[in-house]
Parts: sequence; C-alpha cells; structure tokens
Amino acid sequence: MKITVSGEVKEVKEGLTIAELIEQQNVENPQYVSVSVNDEFAKSEDFATYELKDGDNVEFLYFMGGGR
Amino acid sequence: MIRISKEDYQKIINHALSELPNEACGLIAGRIDGEDKRIERVYLLTNTDQSNEHFSLDPKEQLAAIKDMRASGYLPLGNWHSHPETPSRPSEEDKRLAYDKNASYLILSLMDREAPVLNSFHIEGTDAAKEELIVE
Repeated sequence: MKITVSGEVKEVKEGLTIAELIEQQNVENPQYVSVSVNDEFAKSEDFATYELKDGDNVEFLYFMGGGR
Repeated sequence: MIRISKEDYQKIINHALSELPNEACGLIAGRIDGEDKRIERVYLLTNTDQSNEHFSLDPKEQLAAIKDMRASGYLPLGNWHSHPETPSRPSEEDKRLAYDKNASYLILSLMDREAPVLNSFHIEGTDAAKEELIVE
C-alpha cells in the first residue's frame, strides 16, 4: 500500500503500525515525536497497535519547548 | 550565519511583547545555502504552557506551519522563543529539549523592554554556541 510520510509517498507493507514506521524511518529521539495521521494526532500508547491504511497521510512532529 | 529581515525581526519582538508576561514562541523557515541560512517566514505559535518560565509549541499549529513551509518551498530552520525576565541564552531546559543540532534556536530577551536582545544558537547536548545573526 502507499502512504505519504512527511510529504513523500512511500510504498509500505499492509498493516504497518506507527511504531514500525517510526523504526523504518529511523526517527531520532522518538520519545519527543508526535504523530498525526490525516491531521489527527495518534496517542503514543497506541503507536504499537495503530495500523496505517492505504492513502494515509502521516506527519512526524517533534515536541518543541523549553524554559527560562 | 543566519539572516532575518527587519520586518520579521520586528514581528517576533511585537508578538513577544504582546504575550507578556508569558513566554512567546514560534517557528522559523527559509532557505539554506551552504553555511548560510535566510529566514523567509516567521510563524507565531501559541505557547500552550501559558507561562512566563516555560514554553511548548501548540502541536496543531506546528503541523499547520510545517505544511505551509512545505507548500511554500521553505525548509524548517528552527524555532524561537522569548525570555521575559532572563538573558538571551539557552537555559538548561532549553538545552535539554533541543534535539536537533542543525537547528537554529533564536532566543529573545525582554529583560530590558526598551532594548530587546535576539540571539541565535546551535545546541548540541549541553553545549550551546552562538550563531551569527544578521538583521537586514
């Protein structure tokens, strides 16, 4: 199936989970990453079971913050 | 080196002043030519912490900004935030949460409301190095 990851179309296996995609994409510091699928944010506790579907649009967003 | 227009520089200051007493924050995007970066667009985002000591970018606004950057042909260059009462230098928390060694981290000090100070930093681990910032 085909999904779009950060603006790029990729061919991936059926039933790929978000957790597997994070590993495939070699996402650095995944503990700071939020994932949106079709503009909806997935819960991090669901990453291992959330199966992506053909045509899904996935974005990785790094937490950005700080303090004085 | 990183360059910013006077208009975008003023945009950051105006927004940060309007958000006082809280910290203000946002993203920067633009072009990279070798070692030189040029900021072409400044994004003003909501500080979801609503705090004068911390900031967190609103993820939904962050997502919208990333899409706008991509649609405009700009690259994400880093982020900016204000320090309402402290100097323009990365705090320990700023360093701890700076995961991207290639990013530019702009910090605006409003300690002196009449003379804001904006600096850019590269942060890697516990090391922070000032990056030349040109307002033009």
